Amino acid sequence: MADDAFAATAAPARARFRLPAAVRGLIRFASLIAAVSVVTFALVALSPIDPVKMSVGQATYANMSAEKREQLRVYWDVDTPVAVRYARWAEAAVHGDFGTSLRFNRPVTAVIAERAGVSLLLMTTAWVISGAVGFALGIAAGTLRGSWVDRLIKGYCFLISSTPTFWLGLVALIVFSVWLGWFPLGFSAPIGQAAAAATLADRLHHLALPALVLSLTGIAGVALHTREKVIDVLGSEYVWFAQARGEGRHSVLLRHGLRNLALPAITLHLAQVSEIFGGSILVEQVFSYPGLGQAAVTAGIGGDAPLLVGIALVSAVIVFAGNALADVILGLVDPRVREVGHGAR
Amino acid sequence: MALGDRTAAHAGAAPGEPGIDTAGPFLHASTVRARGNRQRMLADIVIALVLLVLIGIAGALVGPAATATDFAAKNLAPSPAHPFGTDWMGRDMLLRILAGLSTSLFVGTVSAAVSTLIALALACVAALGGPRANAAVSWTIDLVMGLPHIVLLILISYALGKGFWGVSVGVAVTHWPSLARVLRAEILQAKEHPSIAVSRALGVRTARIAWTHMVPAVVPHLLVGLVLLFPHAILHEAAITFLGFGLSPDTPAIGVILSEAMGYLSGGQWWLAVFPGCALALAVALFDRVGSLARRLVDARTVQE
Repeated sequence: MADDAFAATAAPARARFRLPAAVRGLIRFASLIAAVSVVTFALVALSPIDPVKMSVGQATYANMSAEKREQLRVYWDVDTPVAVRYARWAEAAVHGDFGTSLRFNRPVTAVIAERAGVSLLLMTTAWVISGAVGFALGIAAGTLRGSWVDRLIKGYCFLISSTPTFWLGLVALIVFSVWLGWFPLGFSAPIGQAAAAATLADRLHHLALPALVLSLTGIAGVALHTREKVIDVLGSEYVWFAQARGEGRHSVLLRHGLRNLALPAITLHLAQVSEIFGGSILVEQVFSYPGLGQAAVTAGIGGDAPLLVGIALVSAVIVFAGNALADVILGLVDPRVREVGHGAR
Repeated sequence: MALGDRTAAHAGAAPGEPGIDTAGPFLHASTVRARGNRQRMLADIVIALVLLVLIGIAGALVGPAATATDFAAKNLAPSPAHPFGTDWMGRDMLLRILAGLSTSLFVGTVSAAVSTLIALALACVAALGGPRANAAVSWTIDLVMGLPHIVLLILISYALGKGFWGVSVGVAVTHWPSLARVLRAEILQAKEHPSIAVSRALGVRTARIAWTHMVPAVVPHLLVGLVLLFPHAILHEAAITFLGFGLSPDTPAIGVILSEAMGYLSGGQWWLAVFPGCALALAVALFDRVGSLARRLVDARTVQE
């Protein structure tokens, strides 16, 4: 009797075969990337902006002979239907060839590889700084709830979320570069010098201001979230119990609070990678920092469709990687999530 | 607030009732004054909204004056005649900023409203259309959120040939996902509410159930979501215009002003960049204030605070 009941509940679970979490994640990733490539390709193809005209410039185009124009149109493949172009592009892309950038006159992969290194350095620095500072501020605000420290931190978060990132960059340039002269006015290496020849100190000097500006905006999310969590943790029964045993506030936070606080903060901050990437486009534009974001703007203004599609795909991969990493970390540390994730085995 | 003071004084004094003033504050001592709080929140909302409407109207009225050039008075630092200084064509920066804010408010209002409608439609499809529809909507949300906001905005604006339509449509079709998730959860919750099962058992018509039970449950969240979309919409409009994908350079817009200011940074003309940004941040903060206050009034957990 009992066996029958058990079999009846167990049977549907066995009959409904579920793929392992990693495989399901990969399938989701592939479907999203495919969709992103279709959408970006369609959007770029839809544009009334003529890539031929944009790449040679209006004046040159006006003076060009009809045959020359026709030759360029054939070269850039403008008259082929979108679906055919997409099919060709996708076939080459699967083999690692993402086409040639119109503006840089080099393979898209080469341009992205060069720029991604610069951008990733900027984004990672900003991500780490904003995460660490935001976490610390959140703990301070949560433990001292209602005090002037809390009000100051909340006020900062409120203010910064209303402030445009690129304007912060402009103000930072005015104050620290023009008035005080502490930092250079832009670029990733001294002017008149090849980027490859710049010393590490030079690079860090050029990186500091954009990275700090970019991290300022990322602080608010983590700080406010951690603050709420601290208030939850301090009101929990295990903290009451620890306090009843005579542990002080610091010891309670360190021994019982920190692990429960760090995890949600890290996952939340990983989910904010998308925001940091968006912010980096603006910050790179303000600081003339030669990264992916600046290349995206150049590509968009100059009608460089292949590069635009390539950068959109890279940004999607970075965002997805951030979210996937958050899931993995959560699964590794939180036993409840681990149970669900591997329940099918 | 006079009303708040009176009720607080009344509760605190409690003459002739021993025990009350010791037991009262011990249990639920509110950090804010007893009753004036909700009225104060409503007053704050009204004041902020009136300010925003005034900015919008003032900006629209000074439109022609904002683009009037005066080359005799170009590149002036802030002074009583031009409180925010003048730019390289001698345009008064105060008027330009007002007109720019008005443009931003207009674009933000239109695109936030469209975004809210998209969110509502997809939330209804997801919550009421069965598991397949729900999965399709979830996948669409993942897709839109899978690209960084600015990248998607650049792509859409590029597809529409930049300009007013590029930025408005771009902002409108990219800001719905998080609100759609909230509304989907609210609709699902409202659908499961016992009152609906009772109404069905009593034979009430579906349209009437939707009107008397679903709409009142969802509309407050819809309105709050709409107001909280404004700040994002306005900031993204300014950002995308600043990058050169948005409003054209001849329209008065904060993004245009700031991207022009980029060229004058090293010349020490700080007023070209500082004031427009402050004004934009102020407008966004006002919207944010209205939205978060309204959310506290609507949310059952914080409404008693």
